[in-house]
Amino acid sequence: MAEAHPVGFQWVMEAKRRGATIIHVDPRFTRTSAVSDVHVPIRAGSDIAWLGALVNYVLSNDLDFREYVVAYTNAANIIEGRFQDTEDLDGLFSGFDPETGHYDPTSWAYQPDSAQQVEDDAERDRAYGDTPGSQESHQSARSESHGSGGAPVRWKGRRDETLQDPSCVFQILKRHFARYTPEMVQEVCGIGPEQFQRVAEALTRNSGRDRTTAFCYAVGWTHHSTGAQMIRTASILQLLLGNIGRPGGGIMALRGHASIQGSTDIPTLFNILPGYLPMPTASQHQSLDEWVRDDEGKAGFWGNVRSYAVSLLKSYWGDAATPENDFCFDYLPRITGDHSTYTTVKSMIEGSCKGYFVVGENPTVGSSNGKMQRLGLANLDWLVVRDLQMIETATFWKDSPEIETGELVTEEIGTEVFFLPAATHVEKSGSFTQTQRMLQWRDKAVDPPGDARSELQFYYDLGQRIRRKLAGSTDEMDRPLLDLAWDYPTDDEGDPEGEAVLKEINGTGPDGAALASYTELKDDGSTACGCWIYCGVYADEVNLARRRKPHWDQDWVASEWGWVWPANRRQLYNRASAAPDGSPWSERKAYIQWDADADDGKGKWVGPDVPDFIADRAPDYVPPEGAKGPDAIGGQDPFIMQTDGKGWLFAPLGVADGPMPAHYEPPESPVRNPLYGQQNNPSRRKVDHPANPINPSFSEIFPYVFTTYRLTEHHTAGGMSRTLPYLTELQPEPFCEVSPRLAAERGLTHGDWVTIVTARAAIEAKVLVTDRMRSLRLGDRFVEQVGLPYHWGGNGLTTGDSPNDLVNLTLDPNVYIQDKVGTCDIRPGRRPRGPELTAYVEAYRRRAGVDMAHPEDGGADG
Amino acid sequence: MSIFSERSLWGRLDDVQHDAGYDEDHPPRMGFFTDTSVCIGCKACEVACKEWNDVPDDGYLLTGMSYDNTQALGASTWRHVAFVEKSGAGAAPAVDLGMPSFDLPGAHPHGEDQATESGDGALRWLMSSDVCKHCTHAGCLDVCPTGALFRTEFGTVVVQPDVCNGCGYCVSACPYGVIDLRKDDGRAFKCTLCYDRLKEGQTPACAQACPTESIQFGELSELRERADRRLEELHEKGVDVARLYGRDPEDGVGGDGAFFLLLDEPEVYGLPPDPVVPTRDIGSVWKHVGIAAATLFGVGVASFVGRRK
Repeated sequence: MAEAHPVGFQWVMEAKRRGATIIHVDPRFTRTSAVSDVHVPIRAGSDIAWLGALVNYVLSNDLDFREYVVAYTNAANIIEGRFQDTEDLDGLFSGFDPETGHYDPTSWAYQPDSAQQVEDDAERDRAYGDTPGSQESHQSARSESHGSGGAPVRWKGRRDETLQDPSCVFQILKRHFARYTPEMVQEVCGIGPEQFQRVAEALTRNSGRDRTTAFCYAVGWTHHSTGAQMIRTASILQLLLGNIGRPGGGIMALRGHASIQGSTDIPTLFNILPGYLPMPTASQHQSLDEWVRDDEGKAGFWGNVRSYAVSLLKSYWGDAATPENDFCFDYLPRITGDHSTYTTVKSMIEGSCKGYFVVGENPTVGSSNGKMQRLGLANLDWLVVRDLQMIETATFWKDSPEIETGELVTEEIGTEVFFLPAATHVEKSGSFTQTQRMLQWRDKAVDPPGDARSELQFYYDLGQRIRRKLAGSTDEMDRPLLDLAWDYPTDDEGDPEGEAVLKEINGTGPDGAALASYTELKDDGSTACGCWIYCGVYADEVNLARRRKPHWDQDWVASEWGWVWPANRRQLYNRASAAPDGSPWSERKAYIQWDADADDGKGKWVGPDVPDFIADRAPDYVPPEGAKGPDAIGGQDPFIMQTDGKGWLFAPLGVADGPMPAHYEPPESPVRNPLYGQQNNPSRRKVDHPANPINPSFSEIFPYVFTTYRLTEHHTAGGMSRTLPYLTELQPEPFCEVSPRLAAERGLTHGDWVTIVTARAAIEAKVLVTDRMRSLRLGDRFVEQVGLPYHWGGNGLTTGDSPNDLVNLTLDPNVYIQDKVGTCDIRPGRRPRGPELTAYVEAYRRRAGVDMAHPEDGGADG
Repeated sequence: MSIFSERSLWGRLDDVQHDAGYDEDHPPRMGFFTDTSVCIGCKACEVACKEWNDVPDDGYLLTGMSYDNTQALGASTWRHVAFVEKSGAGAAPAVDLGMPSFDLPGAHPHGEDQATESGDGALRWLMSSDVCKHCTHAGCLDVCPTGALFRTEFGTVVVQPDVCNGCGYCVSACPYGVIDLRKDDGRAFKCTLCYDRLKEGQTPACAQACPTESIQFGELSELRERADRRLEELHEKGVDVARLYGRDPEDGVGGDGAFFLLLDEPEVYGLPPDPVVPTRDIGSVWKHVGIAAATLFGVGVASFVGRRK
């Protein structure tokens, strides 16, 4: 965190100053490790084994926060009798289809409360013409649409609050994690039992009524073929310890850029719309009703999905959106499957994707398997790159590594490339949304130079030009563009006013005035809202994201700095900061509590934060039979975005690769999975292309683990740092880091050139031989890791080979992110040049026995 | 006041500005307290310094010295973050380090120690942002023949590039090796403690940019108190290796205007253990020169007197 988020890390240092223990788990010893109380070196990609063992430690020593767990999680829920665990199936859960690699999650479901419930549900399905249980919420493309809550379950389900029923989640969890022992941690992660014990004790000692522990993570967890499940494991651990919804607790996702959180809330993703509304799919959603019915009416605020959806359509199409035309629902594009970034790259290579916008990204350096990126770009009709600098993605056609090897020839590349200069963040106003879901507004400081423009201006202008070209068209196909409600005030330079857009995102009522809360949104078309979870940021026509009241002028929660979605709640699910009866868990950790005397004895939730609960819902409220939406939230259901109100230790739906996490090895690994016969994530998405061959696991030709990471001195793919002298001089050349033991084994000399090879590519870098890279002992063997800062490419003041060229494409099935861990060889000296380089890599593939007929398999378990 | 006064060249001096000729109502002496125990090595100080002061880059060289690629303070590096990797037995608190001592890369080729003890705390990575010390007795200033170096009303020491003639006397007079000549320019440059910002009541760029308050700016007297409290706090927590460097007004430079909390011997960070301003002996040198001259004169007179005989 100090390495990649030094500014945010000041608060960790502040916590340390106040007595917090800082534990850092990372393959390399970083700037974070340097100031932490404990550094735990771990084999890259083995985090589920590590966290799973902590879960096991908590469960087998009865260290869970029992009262919290029983009341606020689904520990007591009884799971379907048909459910089978990885314990029963040697690493698979029930419902796996080996043909498709998909799970059918129906056997993971909650047992219903009553037979009547099943009958009602079946009735509903019949009314819609479905077969019971056919909903596809579990489909991978939809997992991400639960970013604001869990997948909708069909019923709250039968519970055994003694937690003794062998089919209850708590008991299933206990059995599932029993094999995650400290000994297993040693064998899988390379972390010794003493170190494990030390961390386990520190963690559990610092959790409970009086204390809370926070987890922070970044792409060390997400960029894996099991990434979503790594975070699930941390969630389970935090729920068991009672560290969610309470001050000082939580799990913080450290995002990769200033507004990555914002770009999922108001997404740049293919499968969701603003506010995590699912993108309609062509096969299922022919009408507005079909689109919202999976979620509509379910318990919790997600049950009001129709209001959010209709208000979004109204914000897009304004007066053209009417109840008669389904509020222009048919104007929305439909997805037909996976259109994620790597799938798109493959479509480019195959010729079905013809044009590409690249905005503020440098995929030929920053995305995995750089060669596939470049082969894709070279096969486009047109490419638009908007950036601050002339990045590698814009110049691939003349200077990419494939030009050097002869695999691409400039004269034969037909792609028309448009490079457009972009305004920087100080040259335009707008908001950033950071990891705490906080929107912070920044004003424009200076005008952008020359032809540089803001993204807002670019897209607005582009849209208006297209609309002018289409003006007068009678073709139905053009209606969605022509009917767009685009009328923003602009400044002298033609740049739309950001605050006008923010107001549209916030939402407006029938009178055009800004709304104050998403509870005001209606499904009758009388309200418009660009992103329901942001509703309230512009309440009373005031840009609340622009607030800058210093913390010393307000209470410790500092609610008047910026604005946090939803409803300016600083801590999500903060109902859980109080015990079931509404009183604080402890004096020390008091936050939100029930004041029975407030409002003339009607009672309400009070505290320094906005309660993340229905303000006057008493702790003893039990929803009546058949209640829907917010009315169905019980007084002891803090997780109001979940349809059952509980934190999920076990996901009965919505996670593509299993209801509980299980450790699988990365697609390329020198280690045989000691936990199960199943070597890799069975649901991982393979990218089948000759440019993406996977190293066979356990190969002596590729004996070392490599992982990529960042340095403080550079920014992601380098476009904003390799071009600046003051940052370049701080890390002026690409390098890799290895342990002294590995250096001795391969004859590598500190400071000299080395070549790193995978089945995809070979790159060169200088080598730093350092004790900060540890030789990890796994049982009776060592595993060595090569660390690769990934910032370099061919342009800029400092240039070099891109480590991402080494990385394979095998994707997490929930979010389609790559696994940044792989295997490699490392040798002294520089790499071959030109066509000899291709031959060099080809020779490695041959010697390692890479099966080019099935390059995506890696040969571990098919 | 005379440059021959021993007092201004050596020893404790509580009002350095007054000593330099400022009226007694001058502003308080300002300085830096750099607490390396909370430094995370982000180098924001280096960049902010260059941005504000328009200092050129110092060349692009991967040094192999851990993550330190700017190497040392110089004419074009006014803040410098040192990175020191200490492992194995050497990582234990140092006892009698005479010289900078850390293991050479590859010292543990078999990996047994660190592998079996992985995460045992046997590895330390020390980071420290170094800067001009703005000495109470500044050798650079005392030897400057042109008056390019001067003592500001804040007690800091600043070079005026438009006066400097590039003679380089200051370079050899600095006991810390801070000030240096810029090769393609010829003149001497170093940290000004952001004199221009101070005049506007602002914090120097490096301290402003530091995310962890490792670099603290303020009145020197207050910073010294703060540092004492911090040292005490660390000692109470069992961090016995913590020590202050440049805090003592009785040391060889009369105390530094920019001083440090270190977690090891100064040498480990590349700092001299016992810096002494080279002008310390000027006073006595002049006395001895005077005595010698008088003696010579006396001898000469005597010889003439003798000849008369």
